[in-house]
Amino acid sequence: MNGFKKYMTSFFSGLLSLLKGMKVTIRVFFRKKTTEQYPENRDTLKMFDRFRGQLVMPHNENNEHKCVACGICQMNCPNGSIRVVSETVTDEEGKKKKVLTRYEYDLGSCLYCQLCVRSCPHGAIEFDTKFEHAVFTREKLVRRLNREGSTLVKK
Amino acid sequence: MLLNTYTDSIDFQAFTGWIHGVLSGALPAWGVTLVECVLIGLGLLLGYALIALALIYIERKVCAFFQCRLGPNRVGPYGTVQSVADMIKMLIKELISIDHIDRFLFNLAPFIVIISSVLAFGCLPFAKNFQVLDYNVGIFFLMAVSSIGIVGILLAGWSSNNKYSLIGAMRSGAQMISYELSIGLSIMTMVVLAGTMQISEIVERQADGWFLFTGHVPAVIAFLIYLVAGTAETNRGPFDLPEADSELTAGYHTEYSGMHFGFFYLAEYLNLFIVAGIATTLFLGGWMPLHVAGWDSFNAVMDYIPSIVWFLAKVGFVIFVIMWFKWTFPRLRIDQLLRLEWKYLLPLNLVNLMLMVIVVVFGLHF
Repeated sequence: MNGFKKYMTSFFSGLLSLLKGMKVTIRVFFRKKTTEQYPENRDTLKMFDRFRGQLVMPHNENNEHKCVACGICQMNCPNGSIRVVSETVTDEEGKKKKVLTRYEYDLGSCLYCQLCVRSCPHGAIEFDTKFEHAVFTREKLVRRLNREGSTLVKK
Repeated sequence: MLLNTYTDSIDFQAFTGWIHGVLSGALPAWGVTLVECVLIGLGLLLGYALIALALIYIERKVCAFFQCRLGPNRVGPYGTVQSVADMIKMLIKELISIDHIDRFLFNLAPFIVIISSVLAFGCLPFAKNFQVLDYNVGIFFLMAVSSIGIVGILLAGWSSNNKYSLIGAMRSGAQMISYELSIGLSIMTMVVLAGTMQISEIVERQADGWFLFTGHVPAVIAFLIYLVAGTAETNRGPFDLPEADSELTAGYHTEYSGMHFGFFYLAEYLNLFIVAGIATTLFLGGWMPLHVAGWDSFNAVMDYIPSIVWFLAKVGFVIFVIMWFKWTFPRLRIDQLLRLEWKYLLPLNLVNLMLMVIVVVFGLHF
């Protein structure tokens, strides 16, 4: 009798679990599809915020950035994709100060590890979500991140 | 009670009668028969190919939707021309000749599979007065010819001289012979209710209510068993052990290429259609429109829909359910597969057959 009971319960519990599975799949069937039809939806496509597309140096409306040219990002970069060129200038009070002249970033050798962004003490650089990077020569991948004539943001 | 006053809005008898009349005027009697046979054969093959193409497209779309994808959407509007493009590719591909195979059997196998499936296809009642083969033992004939397909699959596996193919073919043999029992018994249950084996007659008797409703409990159980066994019979998931893409690469048709592979592919999809077609004929009233006793205006509206649309819509529903199975359940092991058949479905089926006999003898059905 016990065996018969086990047989019957296994039959009905099996049936129930199958129906549960079918309920799940029919819900997915009517769910909004996740496929991105990429070239067509270029205008509306929005990458998720954490996506690491390329390194940028944000500038504010006065063409000022936050980079103090300390070079920590350059030291932290495992592939040597960053080159910080700076010059020392003496200001009105006679203090010597390091000023950024050129921030070079090589997209072609970047690992997208984000170590530069993490190590930056001033939050001067960040990754944005642009991902269309195809160019015809390797030289075009080397970018200058600080804009022409930009200065350090005043405290 | 309702009367069978259903007149089809597309009259196939007038069409076939017209062809017969035109031919009779121009040819002697044997010539008429010959030309009509050729026409019917062409019509069947054309319908066969078109339905297979449509089913491949539908399968890919349904599969994609179950996986939260879009499926084919590049070739033609919504990817509708995709399977036509695939067919053209298949037709112009090389038939690779393989060493160390039994060449005769290897080349014969796909034709056996496709012949069996075309013969079964011819038995389906597509619409009112629109059926190619209609014997008084129609259901019997249908089951006999659809079983020939196993021979083709076994031959394909054996003659390929490949271990995967052979394992796939042997699994397929074990599976199909087992589930043939379930199919046979559940069909027999419905034959008991219908009281006839002639397919057109079975459909006629459902004019006042589909067997699924008039046969209530035993009919519903038989329908469920038929769906499970039919899925197994067509080698579809979760019973797709003969092909088991992830274990056996492709099972019995691993070594086939070009159109020979195409034949297996076509037959597989058409078998899906045939299984759904038989389910429709036996349980869902064939091409009969849905009638509810007492709702006269509703019934009149239903009568406006042509019978072929009714048939295809019901078949489409059953096909969708079978696809739903495939994309929901994981593949069974061979021991689970055989246990399901011999320890669960077969006893249930026998009890159900007894129940149906009792229902019919005491007139407990509607």
